Amino acid sequence: MSATTTTKPGVLGRKGTGSLAWHLGALLILAVILYPVVWVIGASFKPGKDVVNSLTLFPSHPILSNFRGLADGIADVRIWTFFQNSLFYAGGAVVGVLVSCSLTAYAFARIRFAGRNLLFSLMIGTLLLPYHVLLIPQYVMFQKLGWINTYTPLLIGKYLATEAFFVFLMVQFMRNLPKELDEAARLDGCGHLRIYWSIVLPLSRPALITSAIFTFINAWNDFMGPLIYLNEPGKYTVSLGLMMFRDSDGVAADYGGMIAMSLVALLPVLLFFLAFQRHLIDGMATSGLKG
Amino acid sequence: MTLVKDPVPAARKARPAVRAATGRPGRRRENLAGYLFMSPWIAGFLLLTAGPMVASLYFAFTDYNLFNSPKWVGLDNFTQMFADPRWQKSVEVTAKYVIIGTPLKLLLALGVALLLAQSRRGQAFYRAAFYAPSLIGASVSVGFVWRSLFSDGAIVDRTQSFFGWHVGGWVGNADWVLYCLVALTVWQFGAPMVIFLAGLKQVPRELYEAAEVDGAGPVRKFWTITLPMISPVLFFNVLLETIHSFQIFGSAYVVSNTQCGPADATLVYTCYLYQQGFKNAQMGFASAMAWMLLLAVALVTAVLFWSQKKWVYYEEDAR
Repeated sequence: MSATTTTKPGVLGRKGTGSLAWHLGALLILAVILYPVVWVIGASFKPGKDVVNSLTLFPSHPILSNFRGLADGIADVRIWTFFQNSLFYAGGAVVGVLVSCSLTAYAFARIRFAGRNLLFSLMIGTLLLPYHVLLIPQYVMFQKLGWINTYTPLLIGKYLATEAFFVFLMVQFMRNLPKELDEAARLDGCGHLRIYWSIVLPLSRPALITSAIFTFINAWNDFMGPLIYLNEPGKYTVSLGLMMFRDSDGVAADYGGMIAMSLVALLPVLLFFLAFQRHLIDGMATSGLKG
Repeated sequence: MTLVKDPVPAARKARPAVRAATGRPGRRRENLAGYLFMSPWIAGFLLLTAGPMVASLYFAFTDYNLFNSPKWVGLDNFTQMFADPRWQKSVEVTAKYVIIGTPLKLLLALGVALLLAQSRRGQAFYRAAFYAPSLIGASVSVGFVWRSLFSDGAIVDRTQSFFGWHVGGWVGNADWVLYCLVALTVWQFGAPMVIFLAGLKQVPRELYEAAEVDGAGPVRKFWTITLPMISPVLFFNVLLETIHSFQIFGSAYVVSNTQCGPADATLVYTCYLYQQGFKNAQMGFASAMAWMLLLAVALVTAVLFWSQKKWVYYEEDAR
C-alpha cells in the first residue's frame, strides 16, 4: 500500500487541493470524531455533578474519587468480577471461533466434497439473517436445557461456527494459499488433518489474528446476549455491570462512578485497537473487496 | 462481487492427476473429510439456525408464554400486530432510523474515503483514528457517553441554545432523541470508510491519467470513473449497513435508559420485540414480529440484489 506518496492523480484533483487544506479538513473531522473519547477521559476526573454541565473538557481540579469509588464495587459485587466474567466470555469465544471457523473454512476452501457449493450458499445466507428470528426459540431451548444464567448459551454458537463472517473471512484467505503446498504434502502421504494443522493454519495467521481480535471485541461489547441470558449480578459481564450504575429513573446515583467505569470498560478495546489496528483495518478492508 | 459463489475459482478446479487416478474411493474419502471438517458448522446450522427458524415460524402462529405449551391461534398474532399502535410506531421509528442514518453514514464514509485516498502524509493515522469509533460504538460505555453529551445542559444542548434553538437536550425530547441515535451510527462511519478506501485504491490510476489528458475535471472523473469502479464496494456497504441498522438494539436501549422512549420515540423494532418477548413473555407475538423483520430484511436484500444489475459494474477480467 503506497500510503505516503505525496501527490498522485486522484479523484478530487491534482496538486490543486493543497496540502494545508487537506490537513485542516482531516483534523476537523478528527476533532469531532475523537471528542466523545476525549470527553469521557476528562469527565471521569470530574465530580459527578459536573459531568454533564461543565463545558471544560478537562477539570481544573481533577479528582480521583470516581476511580477510588470503583474499588468498593457496586451492589456487593466487586468491579473485578465483571472484568473476570467478560474475560472468560471473550476468551472462550476467541478459542471457539478460532477452532470451529477455521475447520469449516478449511473444508470450504481446500476440500472438494459433494454439496459444498450449496452449503457455502447457506453459510453466506446466515450472514444476512437477522439474529432476532433465532432469539426466541434459542431462548426457549436453552431455558428447557437449564442453561439460563450460565455462559453456555452465549458461547455454544462460537464453538459451532455460527459466526459466518469469520468463516467467510478465513475462506477468502485460505483459498488464496498456493494449492501446490497441499499437493506436495499429499504426495508425502499427509491427510487433511495434517495439511490443515501444519500447512494451512500457520499460513492463515493474519486471518486468524483478525478473527480473534474481532471476536474478543464483539464479545466484550456484547450487550443483548448477556442481558437476556444472565440474571445474577455476580455473573454479569462488564456491559451489564455498567448498567447497574444507573437508577431506574435514569439519574445515576453515582454519575462520576458511572463515567469512570465507562472509561475503564473501554480500555481493553482501545488497547487492543492500538496494538492491532493494522490487522483490524486490513481484515475489514478485504472483507468488502473479495468474494 | 457476487456474494454467493463457488469458494474455489474455476482455474483451481483442475484436478491433480494423482487424485484422478484414485477414482471413486478417493472421492468418497474427500466427501467424508469435507463433512467431518464441517461438522461443527453443520451441527450449529441445524441446532442454532435452521431448527430455531422453523420453531419461530411455528411460534408465530401460537399463543406461547414459555410456561404453558404453545397454543395454535392461526393468524391472531399477525392481525393483533398490524392493529397494534406501538408496533406501528416501532416500524415507523426503525424505518426513519434506517432511511436517515444509513445514507448519511455511507455518504460521510465515501466523502472521507475520497479525502483520504489522496494519499497525503498521515493517511494511515487518520484512517485508524476514524475507524476507532466503529469498534467501541456498540458498547454500553459509549451509550452512556452519548446520553450524557446529548442531555439537557450538556455540550450539544448548549451549542444549539447558543444559536437560539433551545430544545432542552435531545435525549429527553421525543422529537429529537432519534437523531441522537442517528448521530451515534453516523459517528461509526469508519467501518464502511475503510472498505471504500480499499476499493478506491484498486481503481487503476491510468484511468484518471487518461481522463485528465482528455480534460476531465474532478467532478467528471468522480461520476465516470470512480463511482462505476467502486460500485461493487458501494453495493456491499449499502447491503450490510442497511441490514445492520434494521437490527439496532443496544444503543437505543442504553441511550434511552432502557425505556426506548421518551414517548416511544426510540422504540426501535428490536426494542419492542424484546419488550414483548422477554418483559411480557409473549413469545408467540415476538416470534411473529421476528418473522416480519426477516421478511422486511429479505425484501430489502432482494431489491438490492435485483437493482445491482442496473448500477453495479463488475469488471470482467478483475478476478
